[in-house]
Amino acid sequence: MSVGWLEVVVATLFLSVVVSLVLARGRHWLEPGFWKVAAIITSSVMVITLILLSVDTVRKVSMGSKRVPQPSVINREIGYVYNPDRRAMEPVFGKEVGLFGKVWSEEEAERLIVKGKLVIQSRNCMDCHTLLGNGAYYAPDLTKAWLDPKWEKQIMPATGAKSKEEAMKIFLMHPDKYPTWFRRMPNLTLSEEEAVAVVAYLKCMSAIDTNGFPANFPEVKVSQIQ
Amino acid sequence: MEKLYESQKLALWYFWTAIVLFGAQLLFGLIAAYQFINPDFLYGTLNFMTNRMLHINAMVVWLLMGFIGGIYWFLPIETDREVVGIKLGKLAYFAFVGAVAIVVLVYLFKQFGSGDFFTLWFITEGREYIEAPRWADIVIVAVALTVAYNVIATTIASKKITGILGVLIVDLAALFGLYIAGMFFTPNISMDQFWWWWVVHLWVEATWEVLVGVLMGWLLMHLLGTPRKIIEAWLYVEVMLVFGTGILGLGHHYYWIGTPEYWLGIGGFFSSLEPLPLVAMVVHAVYDAGAHKLQTVNRPALFWAFAQAFGNLFGAGVWGFMHTLPQINLYSHGTQMAAAHGHLAFFGAYVSANLALFYYILGKTRVKEGYILNGVPWKIAYIGLIVGIFGMTAALTVAGFTQTMIERATLGSTWEAYIQAQMHPWMEEAFKWRLFFGVVFILSYLVLLYDLITAGKRGEQLKEAQLAG
Repeated sequence: MSVGWLEVVVATLFLSVVVSLVLARGRHWLEPGFWKVAAIITSSVMVITLILLSVDTVRKVSMGSKRVPQPSVINREIGYVYNPDRRAMEPVFGKEVGLFGKVWSEEEAERLIVKGKLVIQSRNCMDCHTLLGNGAYYAPDLTKAWLDPKWEKQIMPATGAKSKEEAMKIFLMHPDKYPTWFRRMPNLTLSEEEAVAVVAYLKCMSAIDTNGFPANFPEVKVSQIQ
Repeated sequence: MEKLYESQKLALWYFWTAIVLFGAQLLFGLIAAYQFINPDFLYGTLNFMTNRMLHINAMVVWLLMGFIGGIYWFLPIETDREVVGIKLGKLAYFAFVGAVAIVVLVYLFKQFGSGDFFTLWFITEGREYIEAPRWADIVIVAVALTVAYNVIATTIASKKITGILGVLIVDLAALFGLYIAGMFFTPNISMDQFWWWWVVHLWVEATWEVLVGVLMGWLLMHLLGTPRKIIEAWLYVEVMLVFGTGILGLGHHYYWIGTPEYWLGIGGFFSSLEPLPLVAMVVHAVYDAGAHKLQTVNRPALFWAFAQAFGNLFGAGVWGFMHTLPQINLYSHGTQMAAAHGHLAFFGAYVSANLALFYYILGKTRVKEGYILNGVPWKIAYIGLIVGIFGMTAALTVAGFTQTMIERATLGSTWEAYIQAQMHPWMEEAFKWRLFFGVVFILSYLVLLYDLITAGKRGEQLKEAQLAG
């Protein structure tokens, strides 16, 4: 179903006004009863519209949809480039490169993503960081953290890791040892398994089509768009 | 002073608990604000995330407790009888307080757990605003059900339903029903945040607004003697405008979380109309102020009611509108702009409403017929809290604009861009000003606390009251 925002706006307002006026006819506009009808009708129209839109949205943000890829996307090369037709940045996907030196099956990837989300909630990441822009503002946004140039520029040399994912894992297990400025992430006692899951989660999150948020992020190209 | 219904005594318990939790909110907020300036403070012991969680959770809980207190105060008056399940209501109060105490202790001493379902059930769910572990969610839902049951059963027992009660019942059902939308786990963060906003947005920008409309309606009716017909007509207009704009205004949280593009237009359109009902409330408040020449038997209650109308318009309306259109929100989303808006909006819309209700109740329980509740301390607290919140909001607004401009628009939203913006003098200075006004706020809270404890009991107040009387 393709939904146009303007049609929704015009239809909800039109329905609210017309149905309210029809049902409240005969009542003076200064009577409470007139506004009671308007309140009930307007609220109902909005609730019904929200439910219909939610049904459509839930379908479109389910894992495996165009906007929110399957967990196995962690095996692919992920980029973030400007699409001039959409006038917005969007994720792009390249060849299969694996993660932590292996290619994860769909089931393995899903288990990893579930674990990653549990770790993110259990460590309360959202009360310092933002994820998809929501959370607290004490630490950087993590929406495209997987694509952040700082891992290669600063954290890989600091940790001596051979790959970005290894550097992220080491950083997450001992963030207190690798301060990037005067606010330091505390050590939240992540096990190696948990750190791997969080890295996978961050990679998976960077693949979500967020309508161009964050804008203006440095482009990350992939070798061969598929 | 009339004899109190049991329900009204329960209301007082709720309000005192709320005021104590208000203090806890401020304490943890102050620590968090200081950590922006000195991040080593309590680092590793009481990390920012824990303070921030306590800061916002204490707020949600104390505001809800105040609302429940307001309901329990006015319900027997409106229905002209004792609340039906009052024993159940009291039991629910203890369950609520007990659950909150345990959750706070776990937050303070356990703080976080390993990445499994045990943590989600017994330590924290780690989802901003609704971090409470699942077991506590169940207690909250049970408490909410008893409140809803009491309202509905008492209304039925009284054999009459007023317009205000009708709105209250529908709103409570929606409010508490929505909480359940936040009680599940999904690995899909887009899905997670989609439903999470159903709770957070449809609470604070829809059902809470209507609930406060009901409570402020009762307050104005009993404090100023505004006729029921006018209150009910206004309430219906409020419901139409709040639900008419706020329900689809939910779309302004669906711009960037993976949800489809039509939300940009729908969310932008309806959320930019969300200030309309708030303007209507200010019109009402100004009209009432003029009609009564600001005279009433309960000055602090009246002034907090005005603070509510104006604070709601500025905090929720103006500061919300500042960054609600997707064209600016693409850059300002997830910056200190949201913190600026959040601080002023919660204070204006909900803190002020609770304080107005609490002062009204204190006047009713402590001041004899023919006397007025007034004095000096409430004025100091009133001015101090308002100066404090506007100061914090102003500082956070500067921080938010700076972050939007430097981190997002100029340097491209990376980790390094974040650091550059945070280290910019405009942000560093802003965090200091926020702390300064935070201290002003918390000192004013202490004056408020003193006044709440002693209002209507002080010698000097009685004298003044006699003069006025």
